[in-house]
Amino acid sequence: MKLNPLAPNEEAEHQESGSGEFTFHGISRRQFLTVLSFSLGGIAAALVSVPIIGFLISPLLDKPKEVWRPVGRADDFRVGTTSQVSFQDPSPLPWAGVTSRTAAWLRRDSQEQFTAFSVNCTHLGCPVRWLPDATLFMCPCHGGVYDQSGNVVAGPPPKPLVHYPVRVRNGEVEVRTSPLPITT
Amino acid sequence: MKYLISSWNYLNDRLGLTQMVKPLFGHLVPSNATWWYVFGTATLFSFLVQIVTGITLATVYIPSTGQAYESLQFITNQAAFGRVLRGIHNWGAYAMIFFVGVHMMRVFLTAAYKFPREMSWLTGTFLFLLTVTMGFSGQILRWDQNAIWSLVVGAEQAGRTPLIGDLLAQFILGGRTFGGATLSRWFSLHMLWLPAGIFALLGIHLYLVIRNGISEPPEAGRPVDPKTYRSWYENLLQKKGVPFFPNAAWRDVVFSTAVIVGIVVVAVLVGPPALGKPPDPTIIEANPRPDWYLLWYFAALALIPPGIENYFIIGAPLLAGIVLIALPFVANKGERHPRRRPWAIGAVIIIVVMVGTLWYEGARSPWSPDFTAKPLPQSVIGASSGPVYQGAQVFHDKGCEYCHTISGYGGERGPNLSDAGNLLSRDEMISRILNGATNMPPFAGNISPQELDDLVTFLQTRKIK
Repeated sequence: MKLNPLAPNEEAEHQESGSGEFTFHGISRRQFLTVLSFSLGGIAAALVSVPIIGFLISPLLDKPKEVWRPVGRADDFRVGTTSQVSFQDPSPLPWAGVTSRTAAWLRRDSQEQFTAFSVNCTHLGCPVRWLPDATLFMCPCHGGVYDQSGNVVAGPPPKPLVHYPVRVRNGEVEVRTSPLPITT
Repeated sequence: MKYLISSWNYLNDRLGLTQMVKPLFGHLVPSNATWWYVFGTATLFSFLVQIVTGITLATVYIPSTGQAYESLQFITNQAAFGRVLRGIHNWGAYAMIFFVGVHMMRVFLTAAYKFPREMSWLTGTFLFLLTVTMGFSGQILRWDQNAIWSLVVGAEQAGRTPLIGDLLAQFILGGRTFGGATLSRWFSLHMLWLPAGIFALLGIHLYLVIRNGISEPPEAGRPVDPKTYRSWYENLLQKKGVPFFPNAAWRDVVFSTAVIVGIVVVAVLVGPPALGKPPDPTIIEANPRPDWYLLWYFAALALIPPGIENYFIIGAPLLAGIVLIALPFVANKGERHPRRRPWAIGAVIIIVVMVGTLWYEGARSPWSPDFTAKPLPQSVIGASSGPVYQGAQVFHDKGCEYCHTISGYGGERGPNLSDAGNLLSRDEMISRILNGATNMPPFAGNISPQELDDLVTFLQTRKIK
């Protein structure tokens, strides 16, 4: 009794390899069927793979439009101070919840001039805190320190804090949404 | 009874149960296999616990960035058995990671990876990688403040990869910043992709135990010779082998039961890790840190010189992976007993000491500024007014105390200044404060002459007799 139907049928093998199986231009029936099976399998797999891979990498390909978001009245920020502001992502998914918010540090340099800093430390992305008395940004993770202009003054960060574009429209400070800064 | 027997015979004939299971349970194993052989099954049983608790948790957990946090709170605080279930899933994960490490170390020390078990080691290496990734992704599914910032830290690390860093970082975040697409991606990874990978590799890993047999306990002076090993091993089994079940398996059962009981007891007594603050990126009072099994790596990243960081972040895990993968191919024959392989013992000791030290440092995190540092009490200052008192206020207000300890108060990022008055003169202090150092910001321009004067006067009084 044969237990495993998938085991090669030795009798058939013997017959075929023995006296001349049907060939066409030197390709045997067996070779043809092998190539046919693998090709069809490959085509089916490729067909299904295209939408899968496309679906998985699509968030990486589409560049979200960058929009200006109001973060507060210009009059509410005193010259020379730095305060935390937050704004909504450009096109949050309906179920994103609080995760779609972004924080930034906004500094009023002068009457007209504002600077917006990403809160992400350029070392490993932890949120830096502003120490108003020391006028320094300090990172809680590995102790990176930046001065009030965002330049590195101590610790491991390789680059200054990233700036967000900022403008004043009709007395309203607006920050342009940007991707999470990744130090490469 | 007769009916039962005939039903069993029917099923057994049609399904081939005995035929299938008998070689699994009855295969011969070396008779002197000992308690050193239980860590693999402990890992396996921890994994089984993870599967059943994970599937159950998924019936309530909502993988949406807006609602995951609330569903976790519901599971933890309201659902019947929810707290225990989350606890088991957490401690089961810790057990799995712990035992996969012990199992690997045991296999390395007794060189069980040598001929013909190279592929067992190779699949095991990838299973180890998948297990750690499972752990990290599970920490992300905890979707609190620590989770989102850990994800940012992960993305930043991936970002250091040459050429494709940016893409990898975006892949981790599910876009250019975290948002609605982020969590469901990690949920799918944690629930489906990674378990599928583990099942596949585990299948091969276990099949290889049947195919090549478990390695016999090593003996000094009995090297592995690929030419003769197989027949020698076969001979050993025929002469001195015992059936795996129950002669060897009872130890696995006893130990794994103890592990599972331990997981449940700890889950009941300690419970799951507390949920942190909500996953709101605008709450920036965050101090993300990984779970314990990655804490040592977190510490390494804090302690290496920044100059080599880019090479280290990518290079170190890559090098570790290459060494692990290459091991059974480079050294697949020869002595197996640790006594004849002193370098193997040395390597394990070095790794354990290194990881242990980094671990200890990671738990203390002396490099993190301590933002919770309170102003120094009067008993430490030794004055309630005047320049010394004023200087102590400057010491706190300017953030010095976040990094410097005085008499037990403050952070440990910078040198302890409890005895600064013994070590530095007034002028040296002024110079250091104004100019800073590698890890200290210069305060020139940030401090008034009066404040500086008070601060230095205060620091000069810090003396230990």
